[in-house]
Amino acid sequence: MAKGIWVFVEQRDGKIKKVTYELLSAGRKIADSLGEELCAVLPGKGVAGLAPGLGEYGADKVFVLESDALEKYTTDGYANALAGLAKEKEPSAILMGCTVTGRDLAAQVAQKLGTGLMTDCTDMALEDGQLVFTRPIYAGKAFVKASCPEARPVMATIRPNVLSIEGTQAGRPAEVVAVDTATGDIRQAIKDIVLQISTRPELTEADIIVSGGRGMKGPENFKILEDLADVLGAAVGASRAAVDAGWKPHSFQVGQTGKTVSPVVYIACGISGAIQHLAGMSSSKCIVAVNKDPEANIFKVADYGIVGDLFEVVPIMTEEFKKLLAG
Amino acid sequence: MIFKLTEEQELLNKTVRDFAESEIAPKAAEMDEKEEYDLSLWNKMAEMGLTGIPYPEEYGGAGMDNLSYAIAVEELSRICASSGVLVSAHTSLCAWPIYAFGTEDQKKKYLVPLCSGEKIGAMGLTEPSAGSDAAALKTTAVKEGNEFVLNGTKIFITNAFLAETYVIFASTDRSKGHRGISAFIVEKGTPGFTFGKKEHKMGIRASATYELVFENCRIPAENLLGEEGQGFKIVMMTLDGGRIGIAAQALGIAQGAFDQALNYSKVREQFGKPISANQGLQWMLADMATQIEAARLLVYQAAYLKDTKQPYSKQSAMAKLFASETAMAVTTKAVQIFGGYGYTREYPVERMMRDAKITEIYEGTSEVQRIVIASNILK
Amino acid sequence: MNIVVCMKQTFDTEAKIALDANGKINKQGVSLIMNPYCEFAVEEALRIKEKHGGEVTVVSVGGPEAQDALRQALAMGADKAVLVDPGMEEVDEFTTATILAKAISGLQYDIVLGGFRAIDDGSAQVAGRVAEILGLPVVNVVTKLEIADGKATATKEIEGGSQVLEVALPAVFTAQKGLNEPRYPSMKGIMQAKKKPMEKKTLADLGLDAGQVAPKVKALSYFLPSARAAGKIIPGEPADAARDLVKALREEAKVI
Repeated sequence: MAKGIWVFVEQRDGKIKKVTYELLSAGRKIADSLGEELCAVLPGKGVAGLAPGLGEYGADKVFVLESDALEKYTTDGYANALAGLAKEKEPSAILMGCTVTGRDLAAQVAQKLGTGLMTDCTDMALEDGQLVFTRPIYAGKAFVKASCPEARPVMATIRPNVLSIEGTQAGRPAEVVAVDTATGDIRQAIKDIVLQISTRPELTEADIIVSGGRGMKGPENFKILEDLADVLGAAVGASRAAVDAGWKPHSFQVGQTGKTVSPVVYIACGISGAIQHLAGMSSSKCIVAVNKDPEANIFKVADYGIVGDLFEVVPIMTEEFKKLLAG
Repeated sequence: MIFKLTEEQELLNKTVRDFAESEIAPKAAEMDEKEEYDLSLWNKMAEMGLTGIPYPEEYGGAGMDNLSYAIAVEELSRICASSGVLVSAHTSLCAWPIYAFGTEDQKKKYLVPLCSGEKIGAMGLTEPSAGSDAAALKTTAVKEGNEFVLNGTKIFITNAFLAETYVIFASTDRSKGHRGISAFIVEKGTPGFTFGKKEHKMGIRASATYELVFENCRIPAENLLGEEGQGFKIVMMTLDGGRIGIAAQALGIAQGAFDQALNYSKVREQFGKPISANQGLQWMLADMATQIEAARLLVYQAAYLKDTKQPYSKQSAMAKLFASETAMAVTTKAVQIFGGYGYTREYPVERMMRDAKITEIYEGTSEVQRIVIASNILK
Repeated sequence: MNIVVCMKQTFDTEAKIALDANGKINKQGVSLIMNPYCEFAVEEALRIKEKHGGEVTVVSVGGPEAQDALRQALAMGADKAVLVDPGMEEVDEFTTATILAKAISGLQYDIVLGGFRAIDDGSAQVAGRVAEILGLPVVNVVTKLEIADGKATATKEIEGGSQVLEVALPAVFTAQKGLNEPRYPSMKGIMQAKKKPMEKKTLADLGLDAGQVAPKVKALSYFLPSARAAGKIIPGEPADAARDLVKALREEAKVI
C-alpha cells in the first residue's frame, strides 16, 4: 500500500525555490486529511544543511539524496535518484513545482514509475479521498480537473505562485533521512552554464510583472518599464509582438507560445491584448493596462486601465510608486 | 459538382494565408504610405514558389493549376492588394503569354527566371490614346534587318521599373489595324527603353506604376513573341486569363475588409453592447458575406474552366466584373462599420477601400467586362 | 543521419474554446494547425538533414484529420509520415508516448525531435516519456542544436539562463521557440507531398492492444475560466491618472 506525500525540493546552488515551500504547505493539509506522512525529497550535493528547515513548512521527513553527481541538475541523474527512491518507498503521491527543472524531471520519473502525471496544475484538492488536480489547457482558455485513479504514485507539477504558504511553524522539526543514492549513468554532460545576471525575479515566480508590447515602439524604450520594475521589485515581460519584432528575447514572452504567469499584479503597457497574450496572464490577480487605444482588448480584462500614452503615463507611475514605497 | 478544394489547394491556401498574415501584414501599411514595395517580400515569395504557380515544373514553375494560383492571389490580396497585383501582373500578363506563345528558346531564356522569381515580369499595352481599344496602339515596331525598332510610349504599366522582363505590344503594320499588332519580349536596360514618370495613385500604392518610353529601341528579331500580326490575339487571350488574377485580387480585398469589419463589429461596443448586436449592422454583414461567397464561386469557376481547357472568356469577365464591384461595395461598407476610425489610416480598411477601386478599372473596366460578357451571350 | 519527428496537430492559437453538450472541449469548426513547437522540430530536422543527409520521418498519433499537419511537414520537406490512429476516446500522455515509442522503434533513427510542449494540453511530457521508453537520453527546451561525430551539443533554456549539454546519439530533443525560424512549405513541396508515403496504422498494426496503452490519468470535468469583468478606466490627464492608479492599487486593490 503506497504511503506518503512527497514533495521534490528544488534548489540551485543551495537556494531553495519558493515553489517548494508552497508545495509543502499545501501538501501538509493533504497529508493530514489522508493521515499520511509529508516527505520532502532533497537531492543535491552538500545540501543536508537545508533539510531541517523544511520541517517548518510542514515536512515530517526529509530524504536527503547526497551525491557529487547531483551537484548540478541533470535529467538522468535526478530522475534515476528520485525514481529509485520512489520504487523503494512507494509513496502515494509526488509533487513538484512546474519549473523548467520540475517539468523536465517529472516526465522522466513518471515514465520510469509507469504512472500518470498532471503538469502545470493551478490547484489541487482532495475529493472523496482522491487527489484531484486542476490544470489549464489551451493556455488557460479552459481548465480540466483530472485525477490518477489507479496508478501510484500520483504525480503532478504545480505552477509557482498559485498555492499559498500558510501555517508555517518556526522550529517544527523534521526527521532527516540520508539515503544511498544511485544516479546511474548520466548521459547529459554539462559543458557550460550561462546565467544572465539579473536582479529581477524570475517571470514565472514574480509577484509583480511589468510587460510591454507593440506599443513600446522599439527595444530601447523598455528602459522605462525596467525603471518601473526596479521600483516595484518586479519582473519584466513582453508580448509576442514585441518578441517577434526582436525587441526582447523569447524568454521574456508571456502568452500561449511563451510563459504563463499568475502574479499578484500584471501591468500591461502598450499591449493590445490578443487572445494569445491573455491566455498567458489572465490568471493574474490584478491586471493594470496602459494603452492609447480605448478599444484595445486588454481593457476588457484589466482591473484598472489608463487610456493614454504609455511614454507619459509609465514614468509618472514610477515616480508615484517611488514616493509611495519610500513613505 | 464538387465544391471542395483538393488537399494541395487547401494546404496552399493555408500556407499563403500564414505567410501573408505573418510577413506581409506588418509591412502593408508602411509600403502603402511610402509607395514602395519591399522586395524582400518578393524574394520570400520566390523562395516559396509563388512566382510561377501555374506553370510546369520543367520551366521552374510549381506545376499547380489556375485555381491554386487564384487562391494564392486572393490570400495575398486579403492582406495587401499591392502584393496581389504584383504576383498577378507578373504571372498572368508577362509569364503567361511567353508560356503560351513563346518558342522553346524564349521559354528557357525568359519564362524560367520569371517562374523562379529571379526576375519580375510586366506587360506593356496601354497607351495615352489606347486603353481598352487595343487596336488603336500607336507604338510601332519596324523591322530592320535582324532587329525590330520600337518607338512609342506606354502608360500605367504595373510592375514597371521593378520588372526585368516586359511583354510589349506594338504595331508592326498600322494599316492592318488590330491585325497589325505584334508582341515582343523586351529586357530592362535595352538601349532606347527608359522609364517615364511614376504614377501616384489612389490605391495599390505599393505597386509600381510607370510610363515606358521607347525611343529607337532595338531588340533582336528573335524576341518577337508568336507571329507577326498575332499580337491582338495574344492580348485578348492574355487579358482573359489576367482577369482571373484581378478577380481573385478583388475577392481577396473584399474578404480582407470583411474579416476586419466582422471582427471589429464584435469588439466595438456602443450603447452597452457590441455594434454587431444591431440588426441593421447584421444585415450589412450578411449582404457582404453573401456577395463575397458569390464572387468566390465565379472566380473559382473561371479558374476551373481554364484548368479544364474549356472556354472561360465569359466567366472570367463575369468573375472580374462581379468580384471587383463586390470589393468596392464591401470595402465601402467595411469603412462604414468602422465609422470614424475606418476613415483613418489607423485601420487597414481605409487602404482596402482605396485599393478596391482599381479592380473595377484595370485589365478592362467594368464596362468593358460587360461588353465582353454581352458579346459572349449574344453570339 | 535519420531523424524522426514526433508531432501533434492542435487547435489554432486564435481558436476560441467552448464546451459541448457533454461538457467536453468542443472541437466542431475549430481550425487545426501543426503545433507551433512541432514546427520548430520539423524545421530543425530538415536543417540537420540538409547538412548531414539522411531521412526525416514525421510521426503523429491522432485521427484522420491529423494527416493535414503531417502533409504540411511533408510539404516542408520531410520524407515520409506515419499516422497512428489509436481509435480511443480518452488518451493521456502515457498512451501517446507508448504508441509513439512503438511506432518509432520500427524506424531507423539517430535523432528524435519533438516540440517541447503542445499548445493545447501543454503537458510537456510526451517526448520525455518516449525517450524513457526507447532508453534514450533526452534534452528538453532546446534553443540550439549542433550535430557532429555521433554527438549532439544542445543549448537548453534553464531558469535565468541557458545550459549547454553534450549527449551521444541517438537521443531525443525537444524544441523551444528560438531554435529556428520554420520555413513555409514551398509550392513545389506541396505538390511533392502528395507523392510521399503516408502510412496509416492502428494499434493492432503496431502490435499493441488497448490495455497496454490505457491512460493513467482520467479527466473528470472541464470548465471555462470565469470571465474577468472589465474593471475601471481611470480618467484624467496622464499625471492625474497615474497618481490615482497608484493610489487605487495600494488602497483599493491592496496589492502593492
